Amino acid sequence: MNDTNTQMAATDNRPVMISVDDVTLAFGPKVIQHNVSFRVKRGSIFAVMGGSGCGKSTLLKSMIGLLRPTHGTYLVGKDNYWAGDDASRVRIGRRFGVLFQSGALWSSMTVGENVALPMQMFTKLKPDVIRQLVELKLGLVGMLHAIDQYPSELSGGMRKRAGLARAMSLDPDILFFDEPSAGLDPITSARLDELILNLRDGLGATIIIVSHELSSLFHIADDGIFLDADQKTAIAHGSPRWLRDHCTDPMVHAFMHREQLDSSSSAGNG
Amino acid sequence: MNTSVNGAPQWHLQPEANRTLITLSGDWIAQEGRTPAFPTGALKDVPHGEPVEFRTDQLGRWDTSLISFLWELKRSAREAHVDVDTNTLPESAHKLLDLLPEIPPEPKPPPPHHFAPVAAVGQFTLDTLNEIGCVSEMGAAAARGGLASLVGRGMMRTIDLMSDLNAAGPAALLIVGVVNFLVGAILAFVGSVELHKFAADIYVASLVAIAMVREMSAVMTAIIMAGRTGGSYAARISTMQANEEIDALQVFGIPVSSYLILPSVLALAFTMPLLYLYGCLIGMLGGFFVSYIMLDVSPLGYFHETVQALQLDQFTFGFIKSFVFGTFVGLTSCRIGLKAGRSAADVGIAATKAVVVGIVGVIALDAVFAVIANVIGI
Repeated sequence: MNDTNTQMAATDNRPVMISVDDVTLAFGPKVIQHNVSFRVKRGSIFAVMGGSGCGKSTLLKSMIGLLRPTHGTYLVGKDNYWAGDDASRVRIGRRFGVLFQSGALWSSMTVGENVALPMQMFTKLKPDVIRQLVELKLGLVGMLHAIDQYPSELSGGMRKRAGLARAMSLDPDILFFDEPSAGLDPITSARLDELILNLRDGLGATIIIVSHELSSLFHIADDGIFLDADQKTAIAHGSPRWLRDHCTDPMVHAFMHREQLDSSSSAGNG
Repeated sequence: MNTSVNGAPQWHLQPEANRTLITLSGDWIAQEGRTPAFPTGALKDVPHGEPVEFRTDQLGRWDTSLISFLWELKRSAREAHVDVDTNTLPESAHKLLDLLPEIPPEPKPPPPHHFAPVAAVGQFTLDTLNEIGCVSEMGAAAARGGLASLVGRGMMRTIDLMSDLNAAGPAALLIVGVVNFLVGAILAFVGSVELHKFAADIYVASLVAIAMVREMSAVMTAIIMAGRTGGSYAARISTMQANEEIDALQVFGIPVSSYLILPSVLALAFTMPLLYLYGCLIGMLGGFFVSYIMLDVSPLGYFHETVQALQLDQFTFGFIKSFVFGTFVGLTSCRIGLKAGRSAADVGIAATKAVVVGIVGVIALDAVFAVIANVIGI
């Protein structure tokens, strides 16, 4: 990797929250990504970018504990996530909140019950306190009116917002968002961006976003990584804005400017 | 970011000249379960027109529980017609608070429970009649699709029919065999106790043969298939419904009745009579097994008595019954799958319902057949 593809972190002295070192992800013999390394600072909004099928969601899966990397280390704070036993992974995982691509709400429960379940399972809060926190979280995502509805009665965007409220259920300090604004209208999407920024500022959460939504990424993300499907590794590091303005890699350039990749440079790339 | 000050979350209301000051201090962490609730009437003594302001220099770490507290405070302030100056809060708390709706949610009243037995019976009857109509209509559409397939203009794929036939036929041989063998054996046991008193041991053979061919094999096989294949049809079709696969078929103009339902129903309607014959044979084998071991019956005598007892029209009748059972189980389970909701829970409900309706329906139909058999004298 050459230096024009890496943004230098000059003045950022925030502590490191997540560090991924030399991680290789594979399904059996099929390698998805190899030698991926990056650090996420506490309180930053970190974007995982790349074309379709490059392994963004697979990387996210391994970071939330659904897929063990075949090689490399993954530290959350000072804890080595994959080195410990199941119990230690569950303990670390309690710090995570995950918004899945299509919400992944439990369909047999109402939206309110979906948000309340983690609190009922993992805290000793009284039912009325839980109810109040559930209302608050649904209020933050603008879904208070749907508290007694079932996921099957909601539109895709509403499911996503309800999923976000559920991800925030236990006030996690690390939030993972898989395509948060895909399928949302521009107004809701802008509101979600604002909410993400406020969650970061207000609650001090560290946020990792997998997304294609460029306008949203330019607005909120302050650091990131670009994965490439052909080289099967990270080809650029830096905030989406910096990558847009300074990165010389043709693939990244085309992605950030919504251009077609001309075949000559793509051949050199792959 | 918030500076860390150890201690329990506390708030303190202090009237001052021209304003009311609320001091927030300590760590406001929801999971610690210590955060106070804002009492509803606390702001009623605050003079109108004077703002409520906040002092937060002793506020430690906080999460959404603080926002929850402030939201309640804002609601009480609204009721007491008092202004809250949220600008005196930390910037991000203020922003989060602004995202929340002003009007508190009204808890929905629980739906009223009326006890109206007559209306319930009427509704049930209407629903049942409606369902019978829908199933018949679907059956007719599938039959039309089948006829179209015969002349080569159908929408059914042979590969679907083959895989359904395999799932409903050869794959079910073991369980159908085991159950019918045991049923035949049990019949022989029960019969032998009574018949032995009259030294009529040999008639165990005719008892087992007639019972298996007339009733047991057809009914037991149909019940097994309702549980095994009917349940799987309902689960498969309702999952397709949940994934919008059925919608996609309709948009392409591929008729669900002949593409999806016809192969399933045909598979059951075709394999069920064959499984019935197989079940009869295995049941009689079970009866023979018990008779040979327990009673003093020779194999040749058993065979002779069985052939004597049976007539061809009994087989024909059982064969027709099995065909009807197969069609019934196939159609109802497909219909239940199509009608299911779109969630994971609905898939479970549909599978359960298909099995229950299949089993009850098969037994009810068998009762109807018993009456018919009595009338025509088989």
